[in-house]
Amino acid sequence: MHTIASNKLAQLFILLKKQGYAVIAPALRDAAIIYDEVETPSDLPVGWTDAQSPGSYRLKKREDDAYFGYAVGPHSWKKVVLPPRMKLWAARREEKGFTISDTTEAPRKLALIGVRACELYAMAIQDTVFIKGDYVDPFYKAQREKLFIVAVNCAQAAETCFCVSMKTGPKAETAYDLALTEVIENKRHYFVAEAGSRRGAAVLAALSTAIARPAEKTAARQVIRKTAASIKRTLDTDGLKTLLYENLAHPRWNDVAERCLTCGNCTMVCPTCFCTTVEEITDLTGDHSEHWRRWDSCFTMDFSFIHGEGSVRSSNKSRYRQWMTHKLASWHDQFGSSGCVGCGRCITWCPPGIDITEEVKAIRKNPA
Amino acid sequence: MNQKTAKPTLAVFKFASCDGCQLTLLNCEDALLPLADEIEIAHFLEASSAVLPGPYDVTLVEGSITTPHDAQRIQEIRKQSKKLISIGACATAGGIQALRNFKNVDDFISVVYAQPGYIDTLATATAISEHVRVDFELRGCPIDQKQVIEVLTALLQGRRPDIPSHSLCVDCKQRGLVCVTVAQGTACLGPVTHAGCGVLCPACERGCYGCFGPMETPNTRALRTTWARRGMTDAEISQAFKGINANAPAFRKEHDAPKR
Amino acid sequence: MPAPPRNPPAGATSPYLPYPAEIVEKRLESRGVYTFRLRFLDEVRHKNYDFRPGQFNMLYIFGVGEVAISIVSDPEIGETLDHTVRIVGNVTEALNRLDVGDVIGIRGPYGSAWPLEAAKGKDVIILTGGLGCAPVVSVINYITARRDDYGALKIFHGVKTPKDLLYRERIRAWQKDARTEVYLTVDHPDHAWQYSVGIVTNLFTQIQLDLSNSIVMMCGPGIMMHHAVRDLCSRGMRMDQLYVSLERNMKCALGFCGHCQMGPNFLCKEGPIFRYDRIRHWFETPAI
Repeated sequence: MHTIASNKLAQLFILLKKQGYAVIAPALRDAAIIYDEVETPSDLPVGWTDAQSPGSYRLKKREDDAYFGYAVGPHSWKKVVLPPRMKLWAARREEKGFTISDTTEAPRKLALIGVRACELYAMAIQDTVFIKGDYVDPFYKAQREKLFIVAVNCAQAAETCFCVSMKTGPKAETAYDLALTEVIENKRHYFVAEAGSRRGAAVLAALSTAIARPAEKTAARQVIRKTAASIKRTLDTDGLKTLLYENLAHPRWNDVAERCLTCGNCTMVCPTCFCTTVEEITDLTGDHSEHWRRWDSCFTMDFSFIHGEGSVRSSNKSRYRQWMTHKLASWHDQFGSSGCVGCGRCITWCPPGIDITEEVKAIRKNPA
Repeated sequence: MNQKTAKPTLAVFKFASCDGCQLTLLNCEDALLPLADEIEIAHFLEASSAVLPGPYDVTLVEGSITTPHDAQRIQEIRKQSKKLISIGACATAGGIQALRNFKNVDDFISVVYAQPGYIDTLATATAISEHVRVDFELRGCPIDQKQVIEVLTALLQGRRPDIPSHSLCVDCKQRGLVCVTVAQGTACLGPVTHAGCGVLCPACERGCYGCFGPMETPNTRALRTTWARRGMTDAEISQAFKGINANAPAFRKEHDAPKR
Repeated sequence: MPAPPRNPPAGATSPYLPYPAEIVEKRLESRGVYTFRLRFLDEVRHKNYDFRPGQFNMLYIFGVGEVAISIVSDPEIGETLDHTVRIVGNVTEALNRLDVGDVIGIRGPYGSAWPLEAAKGKDVIILTGGLGCAPVVSVINYITARRDDYGALKIFHGVKTPKDLLYRERIRAWQKDARTEVYLTVDHPDHAWQYSVGIVTNLFTQIQLDLSNSIVMMCGPGIMMHHAVRDLCSRGMRMDQLYVSLERNMKCALGFCGHCQMGPNFLCKEGPIFRYDRIRHWFETPAI
């Protein structure tokens, strides 16, 4: 482990850019911290934090100059590997029939800075969907291979976070190139850095660092421990799959249906939700056609529409039930893990503030 | 199509409206010329005084029905149209002029007009679909350029237009925008509003005004609760539903809810 | 049993790309139902294309989009690749406007297959209702072409009115086979109707079923299948002898788009054909 002085963080950005990476990192926009392309560490939300609760997110000033002193915001990294809209292929009319050309774009080299532990898990979960199944999504795989991941161990959790009970955080444990822990002491501000790959080690070696002393390592561990201890929200996953499978007719689904707007926000902000639909875009001449994919949501009527029969899930209740049981139960059967990483986005960004952990508790309290 | 070689004909008719939707079509500069290559514009007074008689392959209807004469005229237009598409909030929900539906129209007439005797109007402003069969309703105040071109393109190619009826939120998040309700406490009709505008207002950090009317399954009651928890009064919330699409059934019902 | 084939093989190329194929024959089966015989423009692809009865393809109509359609021809007659299509939605309506010589796109095959190996030597009971019976036609064709490998073949087909009856010609051909029995029923008969009236399950009482040595394959409206399962089980049939073909919205057929889920199952992967005991929990839950 090494330490990087906070005023040397710029070197990391410069080095990554020199290696051809565009740097995507947290940035302030529209009263929130989102992920965007940045140039230098000064583009980060320095000295800002967030206060989150069900249905509410507010930026707040910190008393220090922390670079990463906030929890996850409305964006997730899935937008990088699974763009909200993407052209899959194009077709051109010919004298006889048509020709089809693969329009899968070449991925950019991207350095993601500030990836949290829960988000690393979310990426691993999407890898299972798009790379490890019977079929491979070519863009996802290619883009995934072009990522340099700088993880950040959380020094601050939101009130909506519940990674501890999901065993996905707050310490980065899976597949990163570099992991940073930000330490702010009385007079010192530094990062304890750990390489998680050969590429990461090479980058670390090229920066101005010092070997981390025991006290510094302890300080970093303390940061993570304190964060973990601050996370009060829990989701009890014990026997959860069976519980939900056996409670598909639970009255709680009616209750949540009254509160649910079926707006789809939870699915859009979720870092693992992967559902998409396709659209055919044609020009007026009718000679060109493009096959696009866009994010979709199980909360739309079209999602389960069958010709001649209508939507399978026409009620709010059935759509919320589909989302939650997929996320917490059937995901295990499909992909061998939970589909939830405890990031809390669906709780914060649900306008009525529906809380998935509360919904589980309500069913657990009074199961069928 | 009239003949195999002839281009399909397009007609545009106006009822009680501000012409904004027709202007949207006229403003489709990049698409207008290719459109003219594929379609014969047979009746579009805002664009050309040259008028061809019906029947028409595709008819776009802007505006709501507010007079006995218009109620007759739309029947005739329906008979002349193979496909009839109502465009905009007036044609699909009655428009802003449907605020009259909440009051007694005679009271307005006596206040607004010096000689009320000349006024021959209906008690309500209503959507085209309340008078004749409509093949497709394109929402918006005004309609969106891309969407109107998509509808015409789809018709030309014999496919269903790709006009999603989900909430504005889906499009908002796909654009990477931040929820103004959650991050700023701004009242936004997005969660109950039909997508299609391109998320104009939230992109400027404003709440959605519901210009595209109710989405497919609007849970307006849940939105009322959401706003009430943030300190809005019942009257303020009702007022928010009483906008451009006040007469859309889902919005009207929620507007009236506290009174019941 | 080996896994059903996939074309193209995983990883060979973008799995999203359809391959052009020509319509070489278009046959009216019944009101609003056509069978399209297709041929890949690429001869090698056509020759190497392999599938199992019950699997489906994604058919692409230029400028309109894709739709999942089951394959009804015999996999061992390499020349033919038939799809029976009910004209009911956006893409199928566009397909219906095409004719012999027109080109569409194909990618596939996808999904699970009927248990034709497991059914060898046994009686096969086919149950179809409504208009959704195309997936079982592949089985009937397959068995009638290999008559000695199977026991009795009993086909039960129920529709609303005589006009909705599919495959009149084929039914006549099936009826000619001594070991094939065809039972037809309608909800609303006309004066010319010479078969049964009422729901399909009523017919079970009229005939002898060798339940211990039978496999049932069914496809049709949910309500019909629910009744049939209940009826057959009450007569002593085990759920693992029953197979159902199900339908869901499908956009990618690759397990990516999420639309075709039914509980933990992706219909494009684990389905569309399920052994009943494996799908029961989900099939019996409304709006799942």
